Amino acid sequence: MRMFEALGQFLAITTVYATPLIWASLGGVFSERSGVIGLALEGYMIFGAFAAASSAVVLEASGWGAWGAWPAFFLGGLAGMLLSLLHAYASVSLRADQVVSGFVVNFLAFGLSVYLVKVFFHGAGQTDTLRQAVFGRWGIPLLERIPVLGPSVFATYPSTYLAFLAVLGAYLLLWHTPFGLHLRAAGESAGAAATAGLPVRRIRYIGVLVSGFLAGLGGATVVLTTTGNFSHATISGQGFIALAAMIFGKWHPVGAFLASLFFGIGTGLKNLIQLTPWARDIPLDAILLFPYVLTLLVLAGFVGRAEAPRSLGQAYDPEVR
Amino acid sequence: MREFFVSLIALFLGLLVGAAVMLFGGYNPLEAYRALFWSVLTSPYQLGEMLRESTPLLLTGISVALAYRAGLFNIGAAGQMYLGGVAAAWVGIAWELPPVLHAGLAVTAAALAGALWGALAGYLKAWRGVHEVISTIMLNWTALYLGNGLIRAYLLDPNQRQRSRFVAASATLDSPTLASLFGQARLGYGFVLALLALVVYAVLLERHTLGFALRASGLSPGAARYAGIPPGRSIVLAMGLAGAFAGVAGATEVLGVFHYMGIAAALPNAGFDGIAVALLGGNTAPGILLAGLFFGLLNYGAGSMQFVAGVPLEAVRIVVAAVLLFVAVRYVFERWVGVRRSAE
Repeated sequence: MRMFEALGQFLAITTVYATPLIWASLGGVFSERSGVIGLALEGYMIFGAFAAASSAVVLEASGWGAWGAWPAFFLGGLAGMLLSLLHAYASVSLRADQVVSGFVVNFLAFGLSVYLVKVFFHGAGQTDTLRQAVFGRWGIPLLERIPVLGPSVFATYPSTYLAFLAVLGAYLLLWHTPFGLHLRAAGESAGAAATAGLPVRRIRYIGVLVSGFLAGLGGATVVLTTTGNFSHATISGQGFIALAAMIFGKWHPVGAFLASLFFGIGTGLKNLIQLTPWARDIPLDAILLFPYVLTLLVLAGFVGRAEAPRSLGQAYDPEVR
Repeated sequence: MREFFVSLIALFLGLLVGAAVMLFGGYNPLEAYRALFWSVLTSPYQLGEMLRESTPLLLTGISVALAYRAGLFNIGAAGQMYLGGVAAAWVGIAWELPPVLHAGLAVTAAALAGALWGALAGYLKAWRGVHEVISTIMLNWTALYLGNGLIRAYLLDPNQRQRSRFVAASATLDSPTLASLFGQARLGYGFVLALLALVVYAVLLERHTLGFALRASGLSPGAARYAGIPPGRSIVLAMGLAGAFAGVAGATEVLGVFHYMGIAAALPNAGFDGIAVALLGGNTAPGILLAGLFFGLLNYGAGSMQFVAGVPLEAVRIVVAAVLLFVAVRYVFERWVGVRRSAE
């Protein structure tokens, strides 16, 4: 019985930690499928988490109560989108090096968010901790009665259910609509897409902006389900794990989703170690480095081959054919 | 010379953006910048600490620049630096040797550890087709957890739990002479090493056939292959050398400043600031020197800016980000002008 309890707790932790990764890696799929490197996912997440925490504090103070979490959630997405506009402008319109641009966006997000927190919260290094404006767990009738799975997966945060739906939506959008075809064409062969009359630059703007929005939601999720506030350490590497998950998931929404769940296990295991005696012998550091090593092995073709979109990272210049 | 002026303009614009951000936050930018620059440049102790702050930036700047000249983007300087620090700590703690030799071997071990980590990314690029930007990001995190695990397993200070034991006195890079010149600042031979590294970098790249081979591979892999320079080997070599410089950066911190290696939650900032240094310095040795000193000044002076003018430290990160953005746009502008010229 204690075994089942531990397993249930492990599943619950895994889904909670995987959710931000699902959002951000979905964002990565949109950006990279359109041909723009998703290096700035971390920055979008930071900015989304910052905006969600700050706005939730304000909403809480003005009497929104638990409902304040919802506007805060979407404001987090919008903040990520706002930041991604910079990346889109630099890398699509100005044709700057996408790696440099993504790197600068991350740099800026970190400095600006902590700076603004200090400005808004009178010099404190973190936002006030939310008491009401956070997501509560939603139980799904009947399903939540399934043993182990019920209380851990079917009685979880609304942001997790939404993320599951977003995976399905992203898959349908990217693989079963003309828009998805156009987006993937822009990333696969920008020149050919332009010849076919597609507005490559506009499509890439959309890809990057969607990625900013989704990763921003991912950052907001961390605040509204896990930490309850924002500090310099709220987002520390989740954006890069999401990037890894997207690659591991072969630039496919469902793949990214499964990989995010898998990488969430890493964090779940970390907590499990502290809970159960038999897991204490696994070194924590070994678990933490596992997702990254795995991603490297996948990339190197030792565990199935990963193929990036072919025009990824190349600026599209209509004057050069 | 024109390059230099364009960098200067990017710097100026970056400071301007920083001033705007400070005004928005309700701070006085003039007072902030005065505190940032003036206090550091007028006190020998603070000047010494600023040079200490610049030391790893110069080395990681060289690391990123060297890879860049060979056509590669090394985002992995942070991880290479971290493992370099672990290797230096290991030799400094576990070995017993006479003074100069001990420090020398510890630095060498750091260079080798960094080189290995860099070369791994090079190998993945050359033979398995993995883009170095992605592989170095993954290797960064791997280095962090691997290093932490090694410290925990072999070097941990039983009383502290969060850091290694102290390195032996024979392995430190402390220089009583330099320290007393700068009011007992933690400035030692690490800074001298960084200056030497700049000379090595300049000579290697400008005067040595190896440097020519690397630059040729960076400019045109096809032409390099035609000239008998195997591109795969160049990539591994460039990333390995880049890693070595970053590894030494880790050694200067462990052996010269802290004398122990801490278990870290995040990678060292200096690894990422190296990208900024290389970009602003235009990947040349004199440029890296100036940019490294400047960012060292910004990072160190941020403390007194916060203390005197009450402006949060992070304002400096915004300045750096803005400077980088202007530098990136400068390349775009130059390319744009180039395209126009070739079209005429």
